[in-house]
Amino acid sequence: MSSVSQAIDAHEHHEHHDTGKNTLFGFWLYLMTDCLLFASVFATYAVLYMNTAGGVSGHDIFELDYVAVETAALLLSSITYGFAMIAAHKQNRSATLGWLSITFVLGAIFIGMEVNEFHHLIANGNGPSRSAFLSSFFALVGMHGLHVTAGLIWMAVMMVEVAKRGLGNRTITRLGCLSMFWHFLDVIWICVFTVVYLLGVV
Amino acid sequence: MFIRSLSKFALAALALVLSGCEGGVLDPKGHVGVQEKELIIIATVLMLLVVIPVIFMTLYFAWKYREGRDEVYMPKWAHSTKIESVIWTIPIIIIIILGTITWKTTHELDPYRPLEDADGKQLDHMVVEVVSLNWKWLFIYPEQGVATVNELVFPKDVPVQFKITSDSTMNSFFIPQLGSQIYSMAGMETKLHLIANHEGTYDGFSANYSGAGFTGMKFKAIATATDADFNSWVAKVKASGTPLNPQSYEVLAEESENNPVQYYSDVTDGLFHQIVMKYMQHYNDWGKGGKEHGEGMEHGEHHDAEASDMPKMQHSADHAAAHGEA
Amino acid sequence: MSLLGKLSIDAVPYHEPIVMGTLAGVGIIGLLLVVLLTKFKLWVPLWRDWITSVDHKRLGIMYIVLALVMLIRGFADAIMMRTQLALATNGNAGYLPPEHYDQIFSAHGVIMIIFMAMPFMVGLMNIVVPLQIGARDVAFPFLNNLSFWLTTAGAILINISLGVGEFAKTGWVAYPPLSELTFSPGVGVDYYIWALQLSGLGTLLTGVNFLVTVFKCRTPSMKLMQIPVFTWACTWANILIVASFPILTAALGLLTLDRYLDFHFFTNEGGGNAMMYINLFWAWGHPEVYILILPAFGIFSEIVATFSSKRLFGYTSMIVANGAISVLGFIVWLHHFFTMGSGANVNAFFGVMTMIIAVPTGVKLFNWLFTMYRGRVRITVPIMWTLGFMTTFTIGGMTGVLLAVPGADFVLHNSLFLIAHFHNTIIGGAVFGYLAGFAYWFPKAMGFHLNEKLGKSAFWCWLVGFYVAFMPLYVLGFMGMTRRLNHTDNPAWNIWLYIACVGAFIILAGIVSQLLQLFVSFRDRKQNLDTTGDPWNARTLEWQTSSPPQFYNFAKLPEVHDIDAFMDAKEKGTAYQKLDKYEPIHMPKNTAAGVVIGGALAVMGFALIWHIWWLAAVSLVASIVAFIVRAYDNDVDYYVQPDEIEKIEDAFVKGASEVKA
Repeated sequence: MSSVSQAIDAHEHHEHHDTGKNTLFGFWLYLMTDCLLFASVFATYAVLYMNTAGGVSGHDIFELDYVAVETAALLLSSITYGFAMIAAHKQNRSATLGWLSITFVLGAIFIGMEVNEFHHLIANGNGPSRSAFLSSFFALVGMHGLHVTAGLIWMAVMMVEVAKRGLGNRTITRLGCLSMFWHFLDVIWICVFTVVYLLGVV
Repeated sequence: MFIRSLSKFALAALALVLSGCEGGVLDPKGHVGVQEKELIIIATVLMLLVVIPVIFMTLYFAWKYREGRDEVYMPKWAHSTKIESVIWTIPIIIIIILGTITWKTTHELDPYRPLEDADGKQLDHMVVEVVSLNWKWLFIYPEQGVATVNELVFPKDVPVQFKITSDSTMNSFFIPQLGSQIYSMAGMETKLHLIANHEGTYDGFSANYSGAGFTGMKFKAIATATDADFNSWVAKVKASGTPLNPQSYEVLAEESENNPVQYYSDVTDGLFHQIVMKYMQHYNDWGKGGKEHGEGMEHGEHHDAEASDMPKMQHSADHAAAHGEA
Repeated sequence: MSLLGKLSIDAVPYHEPIVMGTLAGVGIIGLLLVVLLTKFKLWVPLWRDWITSVDHKRLGIMYIVLALVMLIRGFADAIMMRTQLALATNGNAGYLPPEHYDQIFSAHGVIMIIFMAMPFMVGLMNIVVPLQIGARDVAFPFLNNLSFWLTTAGAILINISLGVGEFAKTGWVAYPPLSELTFSPGVGVDYYIWALQLSGLGTLLTGVNFLVTVFKCRTPSMKLMQIPVFTWACTWANILIVASFPILTAALGLLTLDRYLDFHFFTNEGGGNAMMYINLFWAWGHPEVYILILPAFGIFSEIVATFSSKRLFGYTSMIVANGAISVLGFIVWLHHFFTMGSGANVNAFFGVMTMIIAVPTGVKLFNWLFTMYRGRVRITVPIMWTLGFMTTFTIGGMTGVLLAVPGADFVLHNSLFLIAHFHNTIIGGAVFGYLAGFAYWFPKAMGFHLNEKLGKSAFWCWLVGFYVAFMPLYVLGFMGMTRRLNHTDNPAWNIWLYIACVGAFIILAGIVSQLLQLFVSFRDRKQNLDTTGDPWNARTLEWQTSSPPQFYNFAKLPEVHDIDAFMDAKEKGTAYQKLDKYEPIHMPKNTAAGVVIGGALAVMGFALIWHIWWLAAVSLVASIVAFIVRAYDNDVDYYVQPDEIEKIEDAFVKGASEVKA
């Protein structure tokens, strides 16, 4: 009897280990598709950004200082997420939660600043309906923002999971997926920052 | 075996069409169309070199090696470098030949390329400006100063340059017996060069679905026997008395289906350009609006070369008008 | 602002007798189904064993049921179009006004590609791929169930459009500016957008799921170059899915922003550029046709080898050819609009690239030919479809290459020649392939044989009907008839339009034979049971299981030493070995989360179409909550115990060996 249950345990461990790797691979594949989604919208931005329909262009509306702070918050949040992962692998629940909270706050700062930027633009009559340039700007930056928001919701759920269930294999796998997602959004943001903001004010 | 009789049927049908069903792509009446017909035939014959053996071999092998016949049976035989190199090589050779033909003819038949005489000298073209509207065709003759709806007239043996745009959805300007078609798009100016070498009346229509009245969006293209015939037709249009100006254009641009032929005796200069610029002015003006935005801004850098030909006053007028609309 | 957004009783087209008649018919059939399910007490099994199932084989069957239902819907559209065009000659108006006709051809295209061909392909892939690679299930069984319900959600939306509101009147490509609010103010395009987005998400998840399955869940002894050729073909198709569907999602998303929030991506006004949509659409659309055709190529490869009782000729070259087609498929999209006025160099480049695809495709044809060569060809229904395909598709390929020559395309673009060409490849290629696969794997999936006579009758009707219906369209294309005309006024065209209409009715006879075949075979299933699990003396691992396969697929993951692993095992006498001792098998439990999320998103799509914002928000939140709840459900798996496995395996091996002996 005991040998049977041992066999089952070994088996379970084996299969769960596999599942975790598959999940990470599957999620990575999904991120690649997401990358293509962004690529399509980037391409659209590249085609349309000159078409300002007599309205503002990039250097009229982009404030690099402001965006630099935004960018710093997001980049920093990637580093803090890295610390959360290190803590998670060490099975240190409180440190994991601490780093996740800091990451969450940084992400929230980023989103808050973005919403403020959008609000400011729309209030000044430079909303997405004004021109093809503004349409593609709002769509590209907004799509990234929606992704970050989804990441924040996911992070909140993960914090509850870590607090309630600790750091089991499944939780670690999920934290790993979120980690990929979060770093991926960072990379996308670097592209947005370069293509939209830096090249926009040149 | 049935399949073979079917392909026979298909070939018979093809032959029937090739032998001259009237009025289609295979009954061309102009130099461009003639070249395209020849291209279709050459390409088809080239491909039949592979297609016919494949169809034949399919049926033959299935029949020859069917169960119950005492043919050679080699269940493990699945690779032969010799055969595999042949079956890669043959299609590659055919595609190389066809690809070369394609590269050459695509340049020769480029719709944007003005027609040339036998010595390669560019011919003088008559210009017709074409606007697709919901759901009719407007033809403006800038050299004659007249315009028509759903009737296109030009003399035979005179190459025609069509400048094409749309003031609504996307359509495709197509007269099958004369050759190539090209899309009409708002805010764009596409070009097409055609010629009729025979006198006649040819069907023309939109070859890109554009909504409810699409089926009725057709016109007659008439190639007159002589220049004199054409000129007398122009005189007839001039005598019709209605001018085409921005006001009457607005009325014309409203939706209508199965629009009858209409004549306009006099056309406001630059009307076609205004129609293009109505949308094109919103392109490529990065850095010219916004905080520095002022009246009388210029659009000298439009990718449309025609823009620079137009008087600058026209531009700012267009621009202001468009802003009013917005 | 009304609580129901734009929705009111006027949305129901009660003044359209055809629509109302159809709705009444669907209502009666639906009622009949409800009565039958209740009478035979099938509601519980339906929910427990099917709707909530995470078993890839059951999901595959459900996909195919969906595909067949949508085939009937899409074909009804087709036959209405053909009769309209046969009646509306010489300037007659026919019986379908443009208002209605324009919706029909748009719906026909969307349904046949997205809701018939795709589910059929995904269904076959679901049933076969995990079995062929010796896997227990797909990598993410719950996700697989969710994919199915997302696809179904899209199908439900497009069917609702028949009775509530309208469908798009834009053609299946929905080119702006026609599909923008200015020219299409109704809800039709919105139905189009949300139906495609939901099913597209489902397809994308399927693609990810099957890639992980094939690369990570194969039986450990199967090497990459031992994967059966159908699975390889599906893998290429899945690579195309994950690489192209995001582009469609983006294009439709941007169109949505234009229509809902007054953005200017593709509008005439504000600097929008409709050509961008057309490029994005075909950057998805062209790979999409290879997504449809590659698995069909895989099916033919399996069938040719099995029924020639011989190894597939040129396995490696098949897989290389598939790969080449997949890669090239991404750099040819511009051939859909040579007439847009790109330069000669651009047109010539895309034309030549397109032609190059003919090379690997030609190689595949030769490989099938040389598989039959020196084989023992058994003429059965699946091989008849294959022979029909090889002859028909060759013609379709030829006309395709012709269209790839820009100079020829300038006069053939958008004509009925083009319509004939792509039906030639999609019917003669993909549909023949799926129907061949259907006939081939049906005994495996259902456990009993299909009626051979009716199968042959279906094949002949389809084949003859195809030629009679579409060869005239090639002719009409040459005669200068363009597509999507509502009526014609050219006496020379009439005869060809009549013939095409007759062809459509012959195909109808084929579909009826197919349905009759299902009915008769089901009725006589007791006499036609397949107890061997290997009715065709086939070569790959799916035939090593019982028919239908055990829910855990393999009691012990199979050992693979050859491309034709099962044939190899049969020859070595190791195919039906009974084990002394079985290990417990880890299995996923069924879940209602997929259908709940799919249902919530269908409601969200409907709410967005009709601008019922509160309902859209509620259903979106509901779907997210359902997902989170599922993620925190710990009771998602169980173990099948050895004694149960032993019972099942003993029964199967006994049955199989009795028949063999």
